Amino acid sequence: MKDWRYWLAEERGTLLAFGIFIVMFAIYSANHPAGFTANVVQTAANKGVLLAFVAMAQTLVVITAGIDLSVGMIFTLTNCMASWLVVGTGLETTFGVLAVLGTGLICGAVNGAIVIYGRLQPIVATIATGAVFFGLALLLRPVPGGSVNEDLADFLTGRFFGVVPASLVALLVIVLIVWVPFSRSELGRAAYAAGSSETAAYMSGVPIRRGKFLAYTLAGLLAAIGGLFLTFFTYTGEAAYASGNAYTLFSIAAVVLGGVSLFGGKGSAIGAIFGALAFRTIGDLLFVFDFDPLWQPLFQGVILLIAVSLGAFALFRVRNRLEWFL
Amino acid sequence: MSETTLGGIMGGIAGRMPKFIRRADPAVLTAFACIVILLLLGSLYSRSFLSPEYLLQQLKVASFLGVIATGMMLVILLGQIDLSVPWSVAAGAMMACAAAAYGPVGIALAIPFGVLCGVAIGIVNGIGVAYLRIPSMIITLATNAVAQGLMVVYTGGFSPQDVATAAMRYLATGFTIPGVPNAVIIWALIGAAMVFALTRTSFGRAVYGIGNRERAAYLSGIDTRRIVMVAFAVSGGLSAFGGVLLAGYASKAAQSMGDAYLLPSIAAVVLGGTSILGGRGSYLGTVAGVILITLLQSILSVMQMPEAGRQIIYGVVMVAMLLLYGRAPASR
Repeated sequence: MKDWRYWLAEERGTLLAFGIFIVMFAIYSANHPAGFTANVVQTAANKGVLLAFVAMAQTLVVITAGIDLSVGMIFTLTNCMASWLVVGTGLETTFGVLAVLGTGLICGAVNGAIVIYGRLQPIVATIATGAVFFGLALLLRPVPGGSVNEDLADFLTGRFFGVVPASLVALLVIVLIVWVPFSRSELGRAAYAAGSSETAAYMSGVPIRRGKFLAYTLAGLLAAIGGLFLTFFTYTGEAAYASGNAYTLFSIAAVVLGGVSLFGGKGSAIGAIFGALAFRTIGDLLFVFDFDPLWQPLFQGVILLIAVSLGAFALFRVRNRLEWFL
Repeated sequence: MSETTLGGIMGGIAGRMPKFIRRADPAVLTAFACIVILLLLGSLYSRSFLSPEYLLQQLKVASFLGVIATGMMLVILLGQIDLSVPWSVAAGAMMACAAAAYGPVGIALAIPFGVLCGVAIGIVNGIGVAYLRIPSMIITLATNAVAQGLMVVYTGGFSPQDVATAAMRYLATGFTIPGVPNAVIIWALIGAAMVFALTRTSFGRAVYGIGNRERAAYLSGIDTRRIVMVAFAVSGGLSAFGGVLLAGYASKAAQSMGDAYLLPSIAAVVLGGTSILGGRGSYLGTVAGVILITLLQSILSVMQMPEAGRQIIYGVVMVAMLLLYGRAPASR
């Protein structure tokens, strides 16, 4: 009888992110000169999906009460790599894609190994590995360039049946084959438990190390999928420091908008996806209102500031001042 | 071998003699040892690495990072982090240069105005973290975005045209005492003030207390929220002051001048043995971390290592050194 209430309480963050996204996108498409057409949706989807993948990657790590400041750099590295490898015949392309995804897995596994088995703080450890990943990206692409299998790229960035953006379908598929099995598996629960209270989880015999390791590794994989899609959209690889950093920072913003707690143990990648899509839509809102693009960074910043300040409303529920200090 | 036992003994003593931790913290010792090793390795490559001119030049370059890392350390000691450094630095530099365009009064007030802009950013951070209880990683990220937005609007998207005042250039590149660059003196003064504040004032005690456990600090009668806010304001102000010095060094401000300082400032503090979880660390360690990172960057660039290799070595060295002495305890 009360099942739906538990569900509602558990998914509140995700639903809120979904709501914000729907409202933002409604405003966006209502004011877009072309209106709510397949073209507008496709463009918006293609831009949003990139951040959605990176935000999903960030979610996995944040759930374990960690943070991955190298996701943007894995994203950049795999982009540079894909611009070399994902070319040629069908078979070559397949191997290229596998190699790129494998690289992402390795990057994530390195992060996980350093954080879990090296016992370093995730913030500093991933700053350092991020520098390494960016260095590797620069080695691969000292100057922007390269190419990609355009048939595959066009297929995955186009539309199915002329309506459904292919990138959204790809995102859905990835959610179904990566996130859903992970969150329902024993190790996925271990990752949540580790984020919620590592000591309690450890005492209860939960395999926290393997759970966290899997979370970091899959985060690398998801960031690599994002990098692959970036290559599909741009047809080139570029080791851009600013863009890699921006994706890392935006992914944190998207995760927070998506109702994932930075203290760990709470939230879902679905929420982060909507957080990412909402964040992107907010960024594009200015264009449809014909503002000077100069104001875009400020607008985005102010919206971000307001969005994160909304979390402060929880303070009104605090009855004991000691609850301020978690 | 003997060093680990030494560290152990020092660690044991440290519990009872807080003043001596600073001198004998194994992390700080390791950091200084790494500096010596780096210099020796460098001197194998070229004799000039041990020349006083080179070392002084490195200290001068390090002092910009040192000023910024001082603020970062204060925030990290609280168990928080300040990700708004990039645009606090840039805002400080740009606003100071902008003020210089407004006649003699502007020139006179350029430096305080730039620093005040940083303090303002820091106060917003502080209100968010201390009073609204927003995780510092998020709120500082947001204020960084807002500061960036404001600066982009101000400059119109072009690199700013204003130039640094003579006073800014003097602070960054001049010599008051022959042979010692002013920037180094400034860093020394700021460092001394920070050491005094951390070790000799109730503010410093409160900072360490909050970093260990804010709840306990609150219960022992400390206005933890005010302390946190002040710490963020100081961090913002010091970042902006670092930007002012950088603008003086380059004689003008630039859009992304602060980007190169966020990660090194965190790295310097952490490599210096300050716990990223807060509550533990010494300023001497931060000094070591700053010099270490500056030396590493300098040696790699003197060796004409391409940017890619520099980044990789930089990251690997950081991980290696943290694995050496920055590990969390194994037992739970």
